[in-house]
Amino acid sequence: MISLDINGKVREVDVPEDMPLLWVLRDELNMTGTKFGCGVAQCGACTVHVDGQPTRSCQLPASAAVGAKITTIEGLSGKAAAAVQKAWADLDVVQCGYCQSGQVMAATALIAENQNPTDADIEAALDGNVCRCATYVRIKAAVKQAAKLART
Amino acid sequence: MMLRQLLRQAASNVAEPTPSRRAFLKGTGGALVISAVVPLGSFAAESAAPGIVGPADPRPNLFVRVAKDNTVTVLVKHLDKGQGIMTGLTTIVAEELDADWSQMRGEHAPADSKLYGNHFFGIQGTGGSTAVANSWDELRMAGAAARTMLVNAAAAEWKVPADQITVAKGVVSHKASGKSATFGQLAEAASKQPIPAKVTLKEPGQYSLIGNETLHRLDHVSKTNGTAIFAMDIRRPNQVTAVLARSPRFGGTVKSVDDKAARAIPGVIDVLTLPVGVAVVAKNTWAAIKGREALSIQWDDAKAEKRGTDQMLAEYRAQAKKPGTKAARKGDTGAAFKTAAKVVEAEYSFPYLAHAPMEPLNATLEIKADGGAEIWAGSQFQGIEQPVVAGILGTTPDKVKINTLWAGGSFGRRATTTADYIAEVALIAKALAAKGKKVPVHLVWTREDDIQGGRYRPMVVHRVKGGLDKAGKLIAWEQAIVTQSFIADTPFAQVMIKDGVDATAVEGASDMAYAVPNLSVDYHQMASPVTTLWWRSVGHTHTAYAKEAFIEELAAAAGKDGVAFRLELLGDAHPRLTGVLKLAAEKAGWSKPLAPAADGSKRARGVAVHESFSSFVAHVAEVTVSKDGKIKVDRVVVAVDCGVPVNPNVIKAQIEGGTGFGIGHALRDQITLTDGLVDQSNFDGYEPMRLSDMPEVEVHIVASTARPTGVGEPGVPTAAPAVANAVFRATGQKLHDLPFSKAGVV
Ligand code: FES
Ligand code: FES
Repeated sequence: MISLDINGKVREVDVPEDMPLLWVLRDELNMTGTKFGCGVAQCGACTVHVDGQPTRSCQLPASAAVGAKITTIEGLSGKAAAAVQKAWADLDVVQCGYCQSGQVMAATALIAENQNPTDADIEAALDGNVCRCATYVRIKAAVKQAAKLART
Repeated sequence: MMLRQLLRQAASNVAEPTPSRRAFLKGTGGALVISAVVPLGSFAAESAAPGIVGPADPRPNLFVRVAKDNTVTVLVKHLDKGQGIMTGLTTIVAEELDADWSQMRGEHAPADSKLYGNHFFGIQGTGGSTAVANSWDELRMAGAAARTMLVNAAAAEWKVPADQITVAKGVVSHKASGKSATFGQLAEAASKQPIPAKVTLKEPGQYSLIGNETLHRLDHVSKTNGTAIFAMDIRRPNQVTAVLARSPRFGGTVKSVDDKAARAIPGVIDVLTLPVGVAVVAKNTWAAIKGREALSIQWDDAKAEKRGTDQMLAEYRAQAKKPGTKAARKGDTGAAFKTAAKVVEAEYSFPYLAHAPMEPLNATLEIKADGGAEIWAGSQFQGIEQPVVAGILGTTPDKVKINTLWAGGSFGRRATTTADYIAEVALIAKALAAKGKKVPVHLVWTREDDIQGGRYRPMVVHRVKGGLDKAGKLIAWEQAIVTQSFIADTPFAQVMIKDGVDATAVEGASDMAYAVPNLSVDYHQMASPVTTLWWRSVGHTHTAYAKEAFIEELAAAAGKDGVAFRLELLGDAHPRLTGVLKLAAEKAGWSKPLAPAADGSKRARGVAVHESFSSFVAHVAEVTVSKDGKIKVDRVVVAVDCGVPVNPNVIKAQIEGGTGFGIGHALRDQITLTDGLVDQSNFDGYEPMRLSDMPEVEVHIVASTARPTGVGEPGVPTAAPAVANAVFRATGQKLHDLPFSKAGVV
């Protein structure tokens, strides 16, 4: 049994130690908001927060997540998250939407730390999050709008 | 254009419109359920004028549900894979209904080709940017019919003349008596009203929701908080997960399997050898993936592709020099070239490309007690998947229920003529059931399966030769197109391959808009076990590039400006193409050339214009070429004419995304083979466009009252050639071989 702190709740799972957190969430706990896109840390669809840091859950073995505070899209809350989700909705960022849980997680982590991100900051924080629909124009605009919301 | 016409023709072949009884479902649970009403054949009349339209067609389609809780749900028969069709089609109904946008909902319609067939295909399916054009009439009529019934219900209840009743923002009112009611309050009474025999459709001047920039997408919240459900997220009781080991070489088959180690992986339930490969079935995805890694399989490569793409490309180039099958002929190019003052020649090559939708392919299938099945998938060709699965399971298509879910992208990949990954899951579920394990099976493709799994945009070589007279006028054009056909040997071949020419390979070239008195376009069909498929904008992905890059070279040879040269060649014959061309040029500030950057880097604009899927698009790209020859696309201005802009916000998003898709692949994407094995396996080798690659994109929509046409694909074709032309104008470098990374500029 592995015990994980997910969205403020302790969850016991009976999985092999090397099972990535992504599959623990999706297959064992039925928390499907976190997405599988590549499995090799190349796309960011699986981004969760581990102790506040955006982390690729497809590369994080369940055993390595023990003792950390894990936040998924389902448990996202707070000022930065609200600002990001509002900006995303206001600007209709989504197309197919499959990458967007990861985009929102990455953007929230950025805004929580930096309410005045430059273009370079945005690129550094979000370049690892692929959007095959290429919603990047709106992602950039939404991050800036979210930063503004978070500042006020 | 051409694809659409052919699909329509295909529809008339495939579909026989069985006149079923008028079966309007009304009054179910107090809800008003509206159906309408377009005869399949009526789509020949593309010009059907707005105004009074009589329904009275024997094929009822269920499209609109007005519920007591005051929500209005539109049943959308097309797959929303990100293009926003759920929102677009709902807008059309809401307009005629005079609903309030906040009460509108969308839902994927059930799979039923009789009720929800695509008028261009004859079966239910999404593709060819047909959705809006396809539903424009039937959904306006459905909305108008529902509105009439709500009004008539109010008139009966309030005992006032129907023509004194007004409807606005979801409220039905009678001014003189001061009475009013919501749609929800009238739903039950309206459901008992007769279906109107005729409805009056609005004139464009009356629109308040169509063309309204402020409407949000219906999925704009659920897709930002993780609650939107994709096929990948389906979890049925007792569900098992399967992954499939497919032949690493295209055309290979299983010779022998040692599955002992795989079966020993905790969580693995079974290993099945099937005609499509070796399936590992497990309790969860991780165990299935680990199980597959532990398989030891010998493949029979006797019939497999063993060439590399370098060799194949060399063969394509050699073939391009030979005479091919006639795709277009006008005048006498041979004679014209003899009189030409200048002759320009170029050869363009295009690699295999994967679609790589963000959500890897997957589907869940459950075999039912009656021998039928229920499927959960981002289903794009329901009308093919139902009969294919029925064939596998030995049942009838009507017993195959498909739940169509939001799809995490497709770009053409989910629309296959063989139902590929859906057929795979049916085979696995059937084999398991035969062993007494009748459980829901979720088949998951990993990203590696996707990148290496074929059904690529075909490899293509274009060889083009153009002749100019002394005045710099284009007098002759010869083109050879060498590629594989994904239409040959499919049910579509009958109509889409004419006189040996695959229309999807030459569209955009054989019907080129530029006036040239002497024209010759040849088609060459190459064969390989490598599977290929339509890929966002199909033939236009390469024909528009070859045509627009070559026109720029001819313009330069003639000493002319790119926009002026194109306008000259389009003349008065193509007002919508010249319209977008002029608009994009004007908005981009074409008349004022870009100054070099502060560090001396060269900067220039490039232009491209093209018609695809009956929509018209022009791109102007602004590019900086640094001193070391690397390019950066800074800004792109796009003009689009897609008829009535139903939902401008969605149109802009599609053009932005299409622009990124076109440029992103041109920069550095290619699928290559060495000894028949795919060299790329994931997003590290097949590098997707990332945020830092994305230029600013500015989209301008032409105001129009023409029938609306699609925008899912037309944003792609001109994006890359506009960039190539900017580089050419900046430095003289010709980008003939895609991706651009081959030339070292990325
Ligand atoms: S699934 Fe984890 S980064 Fe792609
Ligand atoms: S919205 Fe489709 S991949 Fe990002």
